[in-house]
Amino acid sequence: MRSEQGDISDELIATSVWSDQHLSRHGIPVYDVPFVSVGGGIGSFSMVDTLRIAGITTEQIRVVSDLQRPTQTYEYLASNSQIRSKHRLRSDSSSVIDCIWGWPGYALREAWAKKQPAHAMQVLVEPIGADYYTPQAGQVYASVNREAARISWNNMVTPGVVRHVRRRDRGDYFVLFTPPKGTTPTKRVAFRSRYIHMAVGYPGVRFLPDLQAYRQANNDYQRVVNAYEPHDHVYAEMRQRPATVVVRGAGIVASRVLQRLLEDRELHGAQTTVIHLFRTYATEAQGDKATFRRPVRKGWAYQGFNFPKSAWGGQMRDHLESLEGDARRDFIDAIGGTNTAPRKKWREQLDRGEAGGYYIQARGVVQSVVPSPDSRKVRTVVGTSAGLQNTQYDADFIIDATGLEANIEEHRVINDLLAHVGAGKNVKGRLDVERDFQVRGVDSGDGRMYASGSMTLGGYYAGVDSFLGLQYAAMRIHDNLASHGFGERIGPGRSTKQWWKWARNKAI
Amino acid sequence: MTPTLAGRIQTRLVMLGTVGVVWTILIGFVAPRPEGTAMVDIYKALFTALLIVAVLGIVWEMIYHALQQYRWEKDWPTIFGLVVAIPEGIVAWVLLQRGIPWDVRPVAASTYLTMFISLWILVWAITNGPLQIFFVRWRYRGGRFAGGW
Repeated sequence: MRSEQGDISDELIATSVWSDQHLSRHGIPVYDVPFVSVGGGIGSFSMVDTLRIAGITTEQIRVVSDLQRPTQTYEYLASNSQIRSKHRLRSDSSSVIDCIWGWPGYALREAWAKKQPAHAMQVLVEPIGADYYTPQAGQVYASVNREAARISWNNMVTPGVVRHVRRRDRGDYFVLFTPPKGTTPTKRVAFRSRYIHMAVGYPGVRFLPDLQAYRQANNDYQRVVNAYEPHDHVYAEMRQRPATVVVRGAGIVASRVLQRLLEDRELHGAQTTVIHLFRTYATEAQGDKATFRRPVRKGWAYQGFNFPKSAWGGQMRDHLESLEGDARRDFIDAIGGTNTAPRKKWREQLDRGEAGGYYIQARGVVQSVVPSPDSRKVRTVVGTSAGLQNTQYDADFIIDATGLEANIEEHRVINDLLAHVGAGKNVKGRLDVERDFQVRGVDSGDGRMYASGSMTLGGYYAGVDSFLGLQYAAMRIHDNLASHGFGERIGPGRSTKQWWKWARNKAI
Repeated sequence: MTPTLAGRIQTRLVMLGTVGVVWTILIGFVAPRPEGTAMVDIYKALFTALLIVAVLGIVWEMIYHALQQYRWEKDWPTIFGLVVAIPEGIVAWVLLQRGIPWDVRPVAASTYLTMFISLWILVWAITNGPLQIFFVRWRYRGGRFAGGW
């Protein structure tokens, strides 16, 4: 079967390696550009920022993206999970996504901008004398926009949705994408490129299977919600009338959702009762020895960030680089897993809620989620581990705060890489990459493919899904590219010169 | 910071070998000089102090590294970098007063403290940020300059 000119055909999709003739026969225009980043979010941004600083010009880079700005998806997810621009992220002061050097950090910059030395003091005494300083979301977004303008981000963005990245028979790759309707003469367009960077983020929100089953069976998308989807109606309604809500999850998103719920009660007169359901209730410090012990309190496992700090650039990074197979997976699980930030304000608020009887902790494995007999509430049936009778909780709302989906097969382009290009999966089932973030098994002549972000968790670096992790990946990828002659390695001289330009916001 | 042992030692030696040497030369001009002490004796004393902090520092770093193992995050909070100046400063002073590794006495406490405190704060401030302007990979490598990724 042959499709119309300018479009792909089933035959082409079924052909793993493409030639120039394949595309010309299909009437798909091909443009040459050495480096293409697929995604257009913060992962692409940090990669491109690093390359521009390494002297790569805007003509040599294209970012295929359906986003208006790099932080768009991040802002959407953060905002849904109740982190608005004035709220603080869970990110270190020196994880400065708009500044590859990491200095001055967010704390110093906030102190300077607001003339509030307290922020600088906090970073000086953290985490001993104060909680970790973390930046306001709005500060991060504004600074990314500023840096994006400085590096002419918009000149490199090609609007579109990538469908396939395929090997070319004579080396390099094709990136085939669908531009917005009506903007190009053909339905599909392709880039022919030597270097590909995949930074596609999460394919979607993860739903707990029992909640998903309930939603589908009862067509109820209002009362059972995910923290990463828009759900402000839940808070609005709970301010109007007394209600009970079940919150599931014990990570950073659960912490923030609980803060919102309890603040509504403490400051805005809501009469909400919160049932916080733990599947795993941490009762004693985690870890197997005195030198490997994560603090725990009332069910929560606490650490400053989603991994211990040294996983980004210290002992744990070095250790993880040396591990293979199951040992690597087990170590990542031991230092990651479900945990939240030990913020004093949160702990005190939960203690007040517990004392007041409106924050109730529950534990156990959910057996089923069904409508209550009078259909007015949603019933969660929880099995207790001790073989005791099941407990049930009737609630007006359930908020699933257990996380984001990262099943890589659900992403069309990544799935295509697995099926047709030779990419494989790592010990955690995600995209298998080298220590320098080269995707394994996909080299194409001189062509190389790289990946960064959540898709690569399970590799030799833990904090891949973080600002600093994206910058780390970008630096490793840059070093590899520079060794192939693409860009000038950022040594002390270039680094210093470029920082000075950055500091003055001088366009490059 | 999240130093490794190699990173700690390399950072200390590099910082004292560059910033330390330059600062010691500069501070020698302005540090309190007891009457009758020759300039050359001041510099002998100050550079001996610098050498003690550098060499004995390797032992100190091993101790800090051992202590760091009891921190879950395997990090070294910013404030620790200041606090450890107290034991290090005292031990270096005691050695100077005992003529170890060689005799540079008499050394006035005011001379020593001016140099030690100002240099410590300077090195601490630079390693907690500005150093990354020049060495953009340093923080990922746990403070190592050499030895690849």
